[in-house]
Amino acid sequence: MTATTVTAPLTGSGRVPPLAGLQQTFTMAWRSLVAVKHNPLELVDYSITPIMFVFLFTYVLGGQMAGSPEAYLKYALPGIIVQNTLFMTMYTAMALNTDLTKGVFDRLRSLPIARSAPLIGRITADLAKHVWALLLMIGLGLLLGFRVTGGFGGFLLGTLLVVVFAAAVSWGAVLIGMLAGDAEKVQAFAFTIIFPITFTSSAFVVVDTMPGWLQAWSDVNPVTHLSDAFRGLLLGGPVAEPVLWSLVWAAGIALVFYPLAMRAYRAKT
Amino acid sequence: MTYAIEAEGLVKRFKETTALAGVDLGARRGSVLGLLGPNGAGKTTAVRIFATLLRPDAGRAHVAGHDVVRDAGVVRALVGLTGQYAAVDENLTGTENLLLIGRLLGLPRREARARGSELLERFQLTDAAGRAVKTYSGGMRRRLDLAASLVGRPSILFLDEPTTGLDPHSRGELWDLLRGLVADGATALLTTQYLNEADVLADDIVVIDKGRVIAEGTPDQLKSQVGGQVLELRPVLAQDLARVHALVAGAAGPRTQIEGETVTAPVQDPELMPTVVRTLDREGIAIGELALRRSSLDEVFLALTGHRAEPGEPEGNGGATVRDEGELQKAVNRT
Repeated sequence: MTATTVTAPLTGSGRVPPLAGLQQTFTMAWRSLVAVKHNPLELVDYSITPIMFVFLFTYVLGGQMAGSPEAYLKYALPGIIVQNTLFMTMYTAMALNTDLTKGVFDRLRSLPIARSAPLIGRITADLAKHVWALLLMIGLGLLLGFRVTGGFGGFLLGTLLVVVFAAAVSWGAVLIGMLAGDAEKVQAFAFTIIFPITFTSSAFVVVDTMPGWLQAWSDVNPVTHLSDAFRGLLLGGPVAEPVLWSLVWAAGIALVFYPLAMRAYRAKT
Repeated sequence: MTYAIEAEGLVKRFKETTALAGVDLGARRGSVLGLLGPNGAGKTTAVRIFATLLRPDAGRAHVAGHDVVRDAGVVRALVGLTGQYAAVDENLTGTENLLLIGRLLGLPRREARARGSELLERFQLTDAAGRAVKTYSGGMRRRLDLAASLVGRPSILFLDEPTTGLDPHSRGELWDLLRGLVADGATALLTTQYLNEADVLADDIVVIDKGRVIAEGTPDQLKSQVGGQVLELRPVLAQDLARVHALVAGAAGPRTQIEGETVTAPVQDPELMPTVVRTLDREGIAIGELALRRSSLDEVFLALTGHRAEPGEPEGNGGATVRDEGELQKAVNRT
């Protein structure tokens, strides 16, 4: 330990060059993904829960809702995927909260790395997990009789739309992760918000049977737009309006929560 | 530069509390500076400022001649930080944790691996290298945390209560490792609540309380200043307590105290014990227990500040202090 070795790539002023920052972001994403190997419980979160949702909705509710499980699956699968995606953003919040409370962020911040790398790395890794769960659910849906009649292009665009929306919501998750006292509070908070929002949308039912005041809400509910858009892209059909509204909502959510999340992150770490 | 770590008039406030109220300190290159104080004294705040995690409200802090605010990036490349609790990822293995740090520091994958296994070897974690950290004991976690702070071969180390919460055996192991690091020429700032820890590891000690430096010097200077030993007496009959106190105070001075059923007094003069024994014998007072023991940090504080460490705070007499997560969180929020 006699020689001082500055291993970190720094410019003269001590700033992190963009390419090194990108590399650090990928390293942080690697860290989030490799952790799954040692924490099988995460596999339950990202795999078993989505599979369970598909089975329950299809076979428990399907016959009552649409006459047959297969008919209901055709309507509900995109909505189930949207709901699951929104729930999963809370794992981002919980993981960041754990890093914050366990002091991992202190260690990271004492290193000469880009300030945003831990945050963007985590979100990137979690978006990959979103795609994994989405593919798992579509695959299961195909086995149970769901057909992607919108074609491969529709499937790709739909997946992209869901990921973009999830990325926007992730900034809300970052904010919650930074503000919550512990991971259990994150979970409690998430459930109280996400449950009502997803259930008062067109994710699981056609909204016609809802009372008028609820319909008024569900017509503007972002989950309605995203579910309709994703459903339309997977099944084929007119999607311009819900896709546009989904993007508007995603942009709105990102515009509101990104600055708030970054401010909380800078204040806390 | 004579000082590798230096602070001048460091001030930090958190809302209504003043964590640091103008602290000056300096650690010579290649030495260990012990920052000693009770919980809430401002030790962690000072370390966090040096490690660029906090900005001071006033005053200046320099690490290897670089200002920690203006040249934060350069400082980060020079220092290693080990916090009050192990800041390692529980869901990664020991190897992966060190690989993560190495990669973040820009080491190529193979070098990062080599550096990691070298450190795991040195910290006796090779056998556990492939296991997730959540299966590690407290002592192993601290060792891994220390290893993580060394991946970039920092020349300056900040060790914030590295042994708090460890059992005596793990503490001893960590002391050996720290001594090894310092022998290799690192400069270190070590915070601790334990006088004996500072005694064992530090070349110089700065004692802080309520954000102010209240004493400084070598361990020997401080010990002679506060008196190294304490006389403890417990009369057989509780009603003798006041008389015993008065008699002992007559010989030992005004810092004689009644604590529960015992009378304690700092020992400056080796003649104190025989004198007290003769006096009590003459007065015919039966003593159930009589002991000479080393000063606890509590008494050092009493001697230096005239007040005790905050009530309810763990007493720093070498016993392991167990902290729960909630308390940790409070500590985090406070700093």
